[in-house]
Amino acid sequence: MKILLIGMALLASGLVMGDEFTAADVERWQQQYEQVAARGRQLFTDPALGSNKVVCAQCHPNGANTHPETYPKFQKQLGRVAMLWEMINWCIRNPLEGEELAADDPDMIALQAYIHKEREGVPLAPGKH
Amino acid sequence: MTMKRRNFIRRATTTAIAGVLPVSLIRIAGAQESADFTFAYISDSHIQHIEGNRFVRNFDRGLISAVAETNLMNPKPDFVMFGGDLAQLGTREELDHGFEILSGLNGLPLRGVLGEHDYYLDLGDYWRQLFGEHYYSFDHKGVHFVVLNSILTFDDWTFNRWESAERRMSEMAGLDNPNGSPFMVGEAQRRWLAADLQNISRDTPVVVFSHSPIQKIYKGWNFWTDDADQVQAILAPFDRVNVIYGHVHQIQYNQIGNIAFNSVMATAWPWPYPSSYAKSGSHVPVMTVPMNRADPFSARDATGWQLINVHTGRVDLEYTLYDNSNRTVSWNGASGRPEDTSYQAPALRVPPQNHY
Ligand SMILES: [Fe+2]
Ligand SMILES: [Fe+2]
Repeated sequence: MKILLIGMALLASGLVMGDEFTAADVERWQQQYEQVAARGRQLFTDPALGSNKVVCAQCHPNGANTHPETYPKFQKQLGRVAMLWEMINWCIRNPLEGEELAADDPDMIALQAYIHKEREGVPLAPGKH
Repeated sequence: MTMKRRNFIRRATTTAIAGVLPVSLIRIAGAQESADFTFAYISDSHIQHIEGNRFVRNFDRGLISAVAETNLMNPKPDFVMFGGDLAQLGTREELDHGFEILSGLNGLPLRGVLGEHDYYLDLGDYWRQLFGEHYYSFDHKGVHFVVLNSILTFDDWTFNRWESAERRMSEMAGLDNPNGSPFMVGEAQRRWLAADLQNISRDTPVVVFSHSPIQKIYKGWNFWTDDADQVQAILAPFDRVNVIYGHVHQIQYNQIGNIAFNSVMATAWPWPYPSSYAKSGSHVPVMTVPMNRADPFSARDATGWQLINVHTGRVDLEYTLYDNSNRTVSWNGASGRPEDTSYQAPALRVPPQNHY
């Protein structure tokens, strides 16, 4: 009931419907993604992400060997199915000797945006080892 | 104080690993010593300075283990090569710290190959004080050894592009950094090489050490030497040539004409194969059986060092891999190329060797 009322109010105020967007919108949204992915690349090579100046790109040039398309997947070392961000935190905590990021931390989102961008075009393969 | 710490590190590490040394590494001396000798090859330790007297422990440990295990070899290897990238950012602190760990090698002669991480801060000045000349040759038991400095690049990039030496070093230190520049041996050194080989008979075995591969694998990560073709042409007339290189932090091997190529592992960390970068395409020599994919939960997995056996002018590499089954890549006289002694046939390969 409440939702319906809000919808009526939006219609009355002349705003566009949720599924109507323009080519300009698409371009803007893509740019938003590119900006976040670029921020992720910065973090990927940032000695301040951890505490010992080691950076992600030292072991993962161009984000290689991160296999974002295979998550969620079983990690035998954790004994359960895990997500990519959990593995990123493992790397921040161990090789980088740093502090973990929350799953919704903008930096964590940026790191994943970059890793996925380097993997563009690779089919999804959840669970793959 | 320094000596005390070094001795402590050596004793502690030796005690810890003596019980787990693989039996395959205890060599039986050959009947003819002159035709069969070994040397150890340790590479890519990337000693990384944090600040003050703090260094990245993980990378220290990789080098400390290689030194301790090399000391346990019996019979002793004739000498030890260090294959380059001792430091991460080429500083005195890093080179001194790495060299101090290497000086724990019990009286074994040590020679060095220059890596880009050792070079691009001060153009190899301090490294020269520790190891000597950037390129040179020597003879040992009938084999002619040549050490090249293969990580030079265009003068314009080295001398004109960057506002500081620190900036130049950090730009070259990023493997996937598009601001980097392709490696090369260069014309002056190629002339030196041709002259050095002039009086060596064609049937003398030749072993070349370089940091980058003297073959073109993947330019994007400098698994590459720009003038590799010209260097190969200088080596081509010899019956038996073996090129051993670091830099790639992974197992690779290949055969081009009479030249056998073998890479060595890093003690610091493994690198993905270029084929696992989806945007790069596949470049690794097809005859290579890859190293196992690294277990991210094991800091020392997919790192290690090599014991290299020289016999009949060809080389066998025994890869001592911490936290992983050892590998042996040997010269196969019948096929005329290096082959893995356990995994070469496709049916023998194991799932972790599948990289994607
Ligand atoms: Fe290296
Ligand atoms: Fe290197």
